Amino acid sequence: MELVSQHVKGIMEECKLRARDQGLKFDDETLEYIVTNRDMIELSPKVMIPTLYDYWVHDVRVLSGKGMYEAYPSNPFETVINTRPAISFYNDNNPDWLNVMIFYHVLGHIDFFQNNLFYKNTWDIDLTGQALSDKRLIAQLRSEKGRWVDYAIEFSRGIDNLVGYQKELNQNIMKESRQKLSRTDFYFDLFLQKIKNVSHNEYLKEITRYNAAARDNKDFFDQVTTKYPEFGELYKKELSIKAKSYPDVMEYILKFSPFLKEEENIWIKSVIQIVRNTSLYFQPQIRTKIMNEGWASYWHEYLFMRDDRICGHEADFAKVNAAVTSMPKVGLNPYALGLRLFQHIREMEDRGCYSFDYMFLKDEVGKKKYHLNKNSGGKYILKVRENFNDFTFINKFIDQEFMTRHDLFVAGKRLNNERMTWEYFIKSKKKEDYKEMIIDTLYHPPEIFVDPAMCKNGILYLNHKFENKPLKIDFIENTMVGIEYLWGGPVHIETSEPVASGKGAASYGSFWDPSSPKLSQKKMEPVKWKRMRYVMENRKLHKREL
Amino acid sequence: MITLDELLERDRRREEDGFKRKIRIGRIVKPGSGGKDKIIIVPTTVEEKFVHDDIQPDQEQGEGEPTGGTGEGEEGDIIGEQPVRPEEGEGEGEGSGEGPGEGEGGNHELESNAYELGKVLSQDFQLPNLKDKGKKRTLARYVYDLTDKNRGVGQVLDKKSTLKKIVETNITLGNIPDAGNIDATKFIISPRDLIYRILSREKDYESQALVFFLRDYSGSMGGKVTQAVVSQHVMLYSWLLYQYEKQVETRFILHDTEAKEVSDFYKYYSYKVAGGTKVFTAFKMVNDIVERENLARDYNIYVFHGTDGDDWDKEGKQTIAEIEKMLSYTSRVGISIVEHSYVGSKQTEVEKYLKSSGILTKHKNLIKLDVMGEDADDSRIIQGIKRLIS
Repeated sequence: MELVSQHVKGIMEECKLRARDQGLKFDDETLEYIVTNRDMIELSPKVMIPTLYDYWVHDVRVLSGKGMYEAYPSNPFETVINTRPAISFYNDNNPDWLNVMIFYHVLGHIDFFQNNLFYKNTWDIDLTGQALSDKRLIAQLRSEKGRWVDYAIEFSRGIDNLVGYQKELNQNIMKESRQKLSRTDFYFDLFLQKIKNVSHNEYLKEITRYNAAARDNKDFFDQVTTKYPEFGELYKKELSIKAKSYPDVMEYILKFSPFLKEEENIWIKSVIQIVRNTSLYFQPQIRTKIMNEGWASYWHEYLFMRDDRICGHEADFAKVNAAVTSMPKVGLNPYALGLRLFQHIREMEDRGCYSFDYMFLKDEVGKKKYHLNKNSGGKYILKVRENFNDFTFINKFIDQEFMTRHDLFVAGKRLNNERMTWEYFIKSKKKEDYKEMIIDTLYHPPEIFVDPAMCKNGILYLNHKFENKPLKIDFIENTMVGIEYLWGGPVHIETSEPVASGKGAASYGSFWDPSSPKLSQKKMEPVKWKRMRYVMENRKLHKREL
Repeated sequence: MITLDELLERDRRREEDGFKRKIRIGRIVKPGSGGKDKIIIVPTTVEEKFVHDDIQPDQEQGEGEPTGGTGEGEEGDIIGEQPVRPEEGEGEGEGSGEGPGEGEGGNHELESNAYELGKVLSQDFQLPNLKDKGKKRTLARYVYDLTDKNRGVGQVLDKKSTLKKIVETNITLGNIPDAGNIDATKFIISPRDLIYRILSREKDYESQALVFFLRDYSGSMGGKVTQAVVSQHVMLYSWLLYQYEKQVETRFILHDTEAKEVSDFYKYYSYKVAGGTKVFTAFKMVNDIVERENLARDYNIYVFHGTDGDDWDKEGKQTIAEIEKMLSYTSRVGISIVEHSYVGSKQTEVEKYLKSSGILTKHKNLIKLDVMGEDADDSRIIQGIKRLIS
C-alpha cells in the first residue's frame, strides 16, 4: 500500500477543481493509496479500515476471500472510506483516463459523506485514528485476558445491529437547534389537547384570547394559572421528561449489567463501547447505498463527459460506464437506479414538475409538454443529497413518470412444472409495487428494545416490535448466549412467530415442494402470528407461548 | 496472518469454554476450461445476530423473490425462462458455483488443496468388504519400502548384491584366474560396486472399487439439507481421491421423480433442487447400470445415497425391492437422511420404511443408515461417514 504518484495526485487535484465548480463540497485534503487486489481482500473484512481491531472472524473472511479470489478473480476499481481526511484506495493497474473517471466517482462519494445529514455524527471523527487507538487497546487487553477478549467482541457484535442510531443522530441534530419547549407551545399543543382534552370551541377561544393578550401586552398566563393551578407543575414535569432518552440494548447492558459492574469484568465495557461506536459509524453508510452509489455515478458520468481528458477514450468510457451503470433486464443495480433517479429528479425540477400545478394536470400530453424552464434542478439535487436517505429517497421520488421513462417493472419468478423452468414475468408496473419491492431490500434491522418494567429478578427482558417479519430462528440461541454472558443473568426476548397450521405433518414435505400434487389445488391461507417468548438461562434456550 | 489450523484449534477450544463451535469448512468448486476445475477449501463462519428471516411464510408456492426489471411488455407477460437444471452437455450459462445446489459448471478435477480435506478426515477410514475381483484396474495404496537399489550411496548396504557386483568387476579385471579357488582378500573394490537399498514407493495391490453417489435433488431438498448431503459427499469423494489416489471409479446420479446420471462431480455437486421425489428411481438406475455393464463381476460396488427422507412412495415398496436387489452384489450401501428441523421427533418416510422392512438388520453388514439433523456440523458429518463405512 503506497500513496499515488505526484502525477496521479495532479489528476485528482484537477478533478477537484471541476467538481467544485458544479457545487460539490468537500475538504481540501484527501489521501489516495494504490493497493493490489490481495490488499483489498485483506481490507474488506475490516470494512476497508486498515487500522480496525484484529478479530478472528476477519481472518476467516480473509482466508475465504483468498479462496474466492482464486476461483473468481475480481478487480474492484476503488473504495472510499469516510474519515478525516477522506481516504481512497485504487487499483494499481488503472490507466490515466480511467483514473479521471474514477476520481470523479470518488469525489462524489466524499461529497456525499461530508454533506449528507445522516452522516452528521461521523463528521468530527478521524476514524482511522480512532480505530488505531481501539486496536491498541484490544491488543493490550488480549495480552492480559487472552481469548476472552474475542468472546467479548463476538458477543458485543452479536447485538451491534441494535444500536440506537436514529436516536443518537437525533440528539446531535437537536442539540444545535435545541429549543426549550416553550410555555405557550406546551399549553396549546399538549396541555389543552392531550391533558385537558378541551373542545374545539374552547381551544379556539383560548387562541383568540392569546392573540388579544399579545395585542394589549397583557400576561396571558395569569388567567391560565388561576383556572388550572396545576399548570406550572405539569410544565416543569414535561420539561424534565423531554431530557431523558431511552438507552439501546448495548447501552442498557453497559449501564445496568450486574456482571459488568464486577471489578474483574469492567474491561469488557471498553470492548462493548468500541464495537458499539464502530457499528454506529457505519449505520449511515448501510442506509444510503442507493443514494451514495447513484450520486457518485451521476457525477462521474456528468463530469467526465464534460472533461477534455475524455478525448480519444469515449468508447472505452462507454464500455466501462455501461458495465457499472446499466439497468439489468432482471435484477437490481443500486448504481444504475440511484444514477437514473438523480437524473430524473434534476429534470423534473428543471421543468418545475414538483408543484401543485403539475400534480393537478390530468392529461398525459399536458404533463409531457409541461416545462417552466426553472432550471433549478442542479441546486435541487444538491439539497436531496443533503437531506435524504435510501428510504425517503425511494419513497418520495420514484413516480410513475420515472417508471414509464425507464420501462421499470417488478419482475416475478415462478416455477413452471411441465417445462421445469423458472419463468420470469412482469408482475407489476405500478410505482407503489416497485417502491415496495425496493424498500423490502433496504437494510432494516429488527427493532428490539429493553422493557425496563419487565426486568425483574435479574432478568434482562427484550421486546421485539413485530413488523410482520419473524426473526431468524437459527440465530436466536447463540445471540442470546452472548447477551446472557454480557448481562450475567437470564435473558428473555418476546417476539412473534407464525402459527403452525393444524394440518402439520401431512403437508410439511410439500411446503417446499411445489410440484407435489396434493397442494396444487389449494390456496395458502394467510399466516397467523402469535407472540412467543424465548428464555435463555444457563446457556440453555427455552421457548414459551405467551 | 493466522492459518487454517490455528483457526480450527481456536474453534476446538470454544467447546472447552462452553460455547458452540463456529467455524465450518467451506468448499468452493471452481469451474474452469478444459476440465481443469478445482475444489478450494476455505473456512467459513456466520456472525449470528437478531435479524429478520428471509423466508416469507405467506409467499405462494413455487414463487421466487420478486426483484426489479427493465424492458418492454405488459403486466403478466413472460419475459424469459431459465431451465431449473441445464441439460447435459449444454453450455454453462448463468452465474455458477455459488455453492452446493446453486450453480453449474464444467468438469472438475481435484487438486492438492483438497488433500487437506482428505487429511482432516481421518486416514484410518477404509472401504469395507473389499474383495479381490478381476484385474481390470488396480486399486492401489502406496506403501514405502526399502526396495529400490542404488549404486554408491543409500540407506542400507545390500550385501548380496554388492558381493555379486564385486565379483563381476574382478572377473572383468581378470582378478579371478581360477573360479574354483577364489581368494577374496585379493579383490579390488570400487566405490561404485557398493549397492544400497533406498526407500521407494511400492504399490500395495488391492481390489478395485466403484462408488456410486446418489443425491436427491427434489424441491423439498432446499437449503441446509442439500448443503449437508453435498458436504458429506464432497468429503467422501475427497477422501476417496486422497486415500486411493484416484484409483476408485465414481459415478454420479441425481434424482427427483426421475433419475439421471451426470458425468462429473461438479455437476453432481451443483445442480439445483426442484421437482417431486421418487427415491426408488435412483436405486433402479444403479441396478440397471450394473447389470447392463456387467460391473458386479469386476468391481466392489459401493452406493452412497443422500436424501431428506421425503418420498412420494410412502411404503417404499419399490425402493425396498430395488435395494434388496442391489444388496445381492454391493459391498456396502450407505444411506444418509438429513432431516429438516420442522420434522421434529417424527421419523421421515424413508427412515420409517427402511426400518419397518427389516432390511437394516437382515443385511446389517451391507447396508448402513445414518440420520442427522440439517444443522449437523462438520464433525457430525464426518461421524456419519464413519458410520456409513464402518
